[in-house]
Amino acid sequence: VGQLGEAILEEKVLDVGNRPQEAVGGRRRRGGLSDHQVKTAFLMPTLLLLIAWNIFPLLWSLYLSFCSFSATDSQPARWIGIANYHAILNDPGIWKYFSTTATIVVFSVLAQAAIGFSLAMLLNRPFPLKGFVTTLLLVPMMLSPVVVGLFWKYLFDDVNGLMNFLAETVFRQERVQWLSTPRMALTSLVIVDTWMWSPFMMLISLAGLSAVPPHLYEAAEVDRASSWFKFRWITLPMVAPLLLVALLFRTMDAFKLFDLVYVMTKGAPGDSTETLSLHLYRIAFDQFDTGKACALAYIMLVIIIALSNLYVRYLNKVKEGH
Amino acid sequence: VKPWEKRQRIISRICVGLVVVAVLIYMIPIYWIAATSIKPTLLIHSRTPVLFFQPTGEHYRHLLYRTVNIAGRERVLGASEYPERYWNSIVIGGISTFLAVALGTMAAYAFSRFKVKGQSDWMFFILSTRMLPPVVVVIPIFLMYRALGLLDTHLGLILLYTVFNVSFAVWLMKGFMDEIPKEYEEAALLDGYTRLQAFRKVTLPQSVTAIAATAVFCLISAWNEFAFALLLTTRSATTAPPTIANAMGASGLDWGQVAAGAAVFLLPVAFFTFLMRNHLLRGITFGAIKK
Repeated sequence: VGQLGEAILEEKVLDVGNRPQEAVGGRRRRGGLSDHQVKTAFLMPTLLLLIAWNIFPLLWSLYLSFCSFSATDSQPARWIGIANYHAILNDPGIWKYFSTTATIVVFSVLAQAAIGFSLAMLLNRPFPLKGFVTTLLLVPMMLSPVVVGLFWKYLFDDVNGLMNFLAETVFRQERVQWLSTPRMALTSLVIVDTWMWSPFMMLISLAGLSAVPPHLYEAAEVDRASSWFKFRWITLPMVAPLLLVALLFRTMDAFKLFDLVYVMTKGAPGDSTETLSLHLYRIAFDQFDTGKACALAYIMLVIIIALSNLYVRYLNKVKEGH
Repeated sequence: VKPWEKRQRIISRICVGLVVVAVLIYMIPIYWIAATSIKPTLLIHSRTPVLFFQPTGEHYRHLLYRTVNIAGRERVLGASEYPERYWNSIVIGGISTFLAVALGTMAAYAFSRFKVKGQSDWMFFILSTRMLPPVVVVIPIFLMYRALGLLDTHLGLILLYTVFNVSFAVWLMKGFMDEIPKEYEEAALLDGYTRLQAFRKVTLPQSVTAIAATAVFCLISAWNEFAFALLLTTRSATTAPPTIANAMGASGLDWGQVAAGAAVFLLPVAFFTFLMRNHLLRGITFGAIKK
């Protein structure tokens, strides 16, 4: 048995009884599949599956995006060039849905970053039940957006909702029509999304905070630096890169916002909360204008791919830095 | 006591107070789901929230049976669809998780231990498949499934969730695999193990925790998935989320029913969150940020 082999035995990683006879005898014998074969056999199923279930359908929908085609029609797809793209980009409605999506993304992601980071600052000190409290705060982001959205709809109910009761009794405000006026419907969506995803920002900020070397603070202490100075010049620069990654991640996610809107408002009142994803769903599965839906899907696809490219690049930078 | 220390103590008290407030804000909606699920229907519709009441199991009973009130007496009409849908969620989530983790672990091993041509491009491709909004992917998948006869089948959703989760599993497992020292395996190879034996008997046992964490994350995302299930199933393979959203939420008034359905649905996830608390950061960032 070689030296390394002995090291393994000592570490009790390997069970002697399970080792092949030849190995115990100390003879070297190679058999079975070569490394190259193992690599191919291990990679192929995953890659083939991903190609069959992603690349192939996406190529098909790329073709369809240049066609006039409806999934409910028996008519075959008819090539119409860029007419679908032309129609979408010239539709003033689309720009409204773009800006609705952007509004939700900007407000909820900023609120999440602010709240999440503040929570992390609060939690970044020893106190009783710290682990339990932290985990408790992380539960919402693991829950199903559909169920969370549906339940918040009850909390936002005009008559029976808890939110209106609180508004009336605690804050002495008039009852708010949370989901039936355009402004408040958007606000409600932002509130629920923020409630769900601030813990995500908190978790990532906590990781950043715990990575700050304590000697930096000690040095600042010696120099009698103010708390603001320590925050501005030590804490913030150390956490910022991670926070930026989280922001990008959430931006991509918020871009897909569908479940929450579907159960809470379905785009109502009017089309004031119609996000891009919801609109795409409508074109594809209400109007069954499949060709046009594919074109819009492709426009969104390009945006998401660009964002995720940015995300991965930034992520690699952060990884190298740590 | 120096004034400086006194100030410090006050600040830390305020912080603890703020934490308590935050926990309250976060827990009130969750508490409210639980409370509503055992609250009599009459009290659910009261204008002022009722905090104390005689708990009732009627909403949970209605998850199992459809009933109707005839002359003040409850008659059972038949089984409700919820248990069946819940079971669909378990089957589809379970099998797809198993497949995704098995495939993902193998692919991650290959990426971690061997030189793969264009590795970073492949990894990016794998990640990008997961980043796509479901609504974007679902249109061609819908057409493909209709042609293959996979619409509204368990197999269709299982395959789709496997694909959806395998990209995640590869990324997460690769992070874990990279942390397992290669030396153990190399020693085993020197001792006459074949590559497959080394993988099975050395690397795999060392990644049990990693595999468990990955599996839990895959299970949760399959469990919570909504858009695909909504658009690709109609009856027989429908999972719990569309059922809760459509069947229960459609009437819009039966909040007790919604709460009971939600409670039963959310409880396993909350449990797993506590189980996975040390791996959450990793899981949610695709294994990119490790503590």
